[in-house]
Amino acid sequence: MGQLTTREQELAAGMLVALAVIGIAMAAAGRSDPLGIHGAIVFLYSAALLIFIISRSFGPEPDPSRISRYYDDPIKVGVAFTLFWAIFGMFFGVWAAAQLAWPSLNFDTAWASFGRIRPAHTTGVIFGFGGNALISTSFHVVQRTSRARLADQISPWFVLFGYNLFCILAVTGYFIGVTQSKEYAEAEWYADIWLVVVWVTYFLLYIRTLARRREPHIYVANWYYMAFIVVVAILHIINNLTIPVSLGHAKSYTIWAGVQDSMVQWWYGHNAVAFFLTAGFLAMLYYYLPKRAERPIFSYRLSILSFWGITFFYMWAGSHHLHYTALPHWVQNLGMTFSVMLLVPSWASAGNALLTLNGAWHKVRDDATLRFIMMAAFFYGLSTFEGSFLAVRPVNSLSHYTDWTVGHVHAGALGWVAFITYGSLYTLVPAIWKRERMYSAALVEVHFWLAFAGTLIYVFAMWNSGIIQGLMWRTYTDDGTLAYSFVDSLLAMYPYYIARAFGGLLFLIGAVVATYNIWMTVREVPVTSGERKDDLPLAGPFPEGAATGPAE
Amino acid sequence: MPELVHRKLERTAIGFVLAIIVAASVGGIVEIAPLFTIDETVENVEDMRLYTPLELAGRNVYIREGCYACHSQMIRTLRDDVERYGPFSLAVESQYDHPMLWGSKRTGPDLARVGGKYSDFWHVAHLTNPRDVVPESNMPAYAWLARTPLRLDDLGSHLQAQRRVGVPYTDEMIENAARDAFGQAVPDSEQASGVTERYGEETQVSAFDGVTTRVTEMDALVAYLQVLGRLTKAAYQSTAAPEQVPDPND
Repeated sequence: MGQLTTREQELAAGMLVALAVIGIAMAAAGRSDPLGIHGAIVFLYSAALLIFIISRSFGPEPDPSRISRYYDDPIKVGVAFTLFWAIFGMFFGVWAAAQLAWPSLNFDTAWASFGRIRPAHTTGVIFGFGGNALISTSFHVVQRTSRARLADQISPWFVLFGYNLFCILAVTGYFIGVTQSKEYAEAEWYADIWLVVVWVTYFLLYIRTLARRREPHIYVANWYYMAFIVVVAILHIINNLTIPVSLGHAKSYTIWAGVQDSMVQWWYGHNAVAFFLTAGFLAMLYYYLPKRAERPIFSYRLSILSFWGITFFYMWAGSHHLHYTALPHWVQNLGMTFSVMLLVPSWASAGNALLTLNGAWHKVRDDATLRFIMMAAFFYGLSTFEGSFLAVRPVNSLSHYTDWTVGHVHAGALGWVAFITYGSLYTLVPAIWKRERMYSAALVEVHFWLAFAGTLIYVFAMWNSGIIQGLMWRTYTDDGTLAYSFVDSLLAMYPYYIARAFGGLLFLIGAVVATYNIWMTVREVPVTSGERKDDLPLAGPFPEGAATGPAE
Repeated sequence: MPELVHRKLERTAIGFVLAIIVAASVGGIVEIAPLFTIDETVENVEDMRLYTPLELAGRNVYIREGCYACHSQMIRTLRDDVERYGPFSLAVESQYDHPMLWGSKRTGPDLARVGGKYSDFWHVAHLTNPRDVVPESNMPAYAWLARTPLRLDDLGSHLQAQRRVGVPYTDEMIENAARDAFGQAVPDSEQASGVTERYGEETQVSAFDGVTTRVTEMDALVAYLQVLGRLTKAAYQSTAAPEQVPDPND
């Protein structure tokens, strides 16, 4: 925050005071209700930031030439948030996994029982780890590909700290029993409203920065970031329309009921996968892969095809979560059909990524960072194929409600989302801290193999348990009666639950190694000598000649 | 040609955002809007009951503890689902469920028709320590529910909020919410008779956790579990045969 002028610091302080007042109001209205606790958290969060700003306000005014450089300070803080939430979210994942094998591991406490820490895990990794990674990399990519500085001084901080306040409210809420029970949208109404405010600010910041661009064309990565920002806003608002019990209650009731609620929920849920966990991370792929491989994207046409295919098809696919349920048949069939068609744009993306590596495969061998990105593209192809497959009704009749779904999700979440994120971080960190290299290439290599082994163990365990479970549920004896009780199928799961927890543990250790490596890079690795001339925004008027030709 | 159109589109951020909104809206509109207008989506039944205040409070405990993460409440139209859990679920059965709790994972069994399958006593023992009654179980223990008094004073505002989202609670029900919640868990009390008057003769009035001196979250959760699948008999009157999964040997 050293780059803020006194005027800007005053403005930020004013906003924090307003937020602190909101916190006090929530605490007063909620009193003994969990809303009161959340009011106190909002107050403490804004007070802590306020103290930090005041303590910094005695420093000298920033260098006026800051405007002619990229604005990377928010990205650095965003990276720190990303690393924190990774360890937090994965730790709760391993703990939840262990509880399924050893149920007494909640130590007889309410807050640590499986049903409460499971959303803490999913929110921690999806919104905490994934969301912060998306915001940080989007700030980096939009500036570099537009050759323009972020459009504003304060709003990047507002987006970052506001977003993390949402994550904190969501996760602490589960521990004290605040949840809407909508999967991947568990946070209650006040946190949801707050996220809308943050998200609109994010959108405006992003679109204003794009408007300042010095390149005539908007680069592919920014298409995906835009789709991510815009569509997540639509999904979030519609799925979270609720009526609070009162303004003093954390609890609310959604306006959607029964069958319509199920469709809205899985329209949201599946497209949270599409636009949060796919579009946003494809944006990373389209920037950091060509950067790291030093090769241009293989095909511009494939990029267009896959972008619009994903944007259009995905929104139809949600109903495949509801096969054979009380949802009308025609919606189930539409969902299945579009899910199968989705394979085309998905594999176009994955193929485009892997073909980009042609001519650079020796780098994949030598550079673990590029290998992270390559493996991410591979797992993206694998899990999108599996997704289309599982959406076919007869397949789904076996896989649904079983661990196979969990394995599928983690093939995507670990193999695709986390791999592309760490590949991007290892590229991003030396770039924005202006370091020559990462602290230890060997530790990146260690992280790669821990993460890879962890993912394989996890996914294979869940494939096995899911298929066994599904088959046991539908096995009949010769007399035409069900062969296994539910408990029989549960007993068969225990070895796989232990293996899964172990796979997750390996992945968590990898995340700790990554955090240490990044921390040591910032502390120990010398700064690159001399400012890099090619890492500055373009100054002066828009280059006229460039406006007529394509940007490639 | 399409490539040239796209090269133009790529040069305007606002245009690109609008194109994204249009492309992304179609699927949702086509699949969701008709669910409100096509009458067959939700069956019409006469005997559909509402959750009593105690059952609603129990449902909120179920939500709070994340029970939906491991238990579905949706019996599919598959033969093995129907034979294991009972008649497949109808849309009308969750007509008043804000939100629905169909679930997505069966780490434990489906609960759509668990109501009446076990005694109150069994449920209390099971929730207190699942391994006492099912030694192989990996479910967490919820012993503290029996020690936690249920908050009764705001149940009226819960029913009021439910009415705002479309559940037909009457003024009388809202007014008597706390009274009815107490009465349903304390059968011998004077408040008990009002519950069946307002919510129907089928309503189960019982000392769910076995203690009648106070109403706990255990009372509420067991009351809710005992009503699952029993708000209407419609599913038992449905004549459609369950689907058979295709046999690869045929």
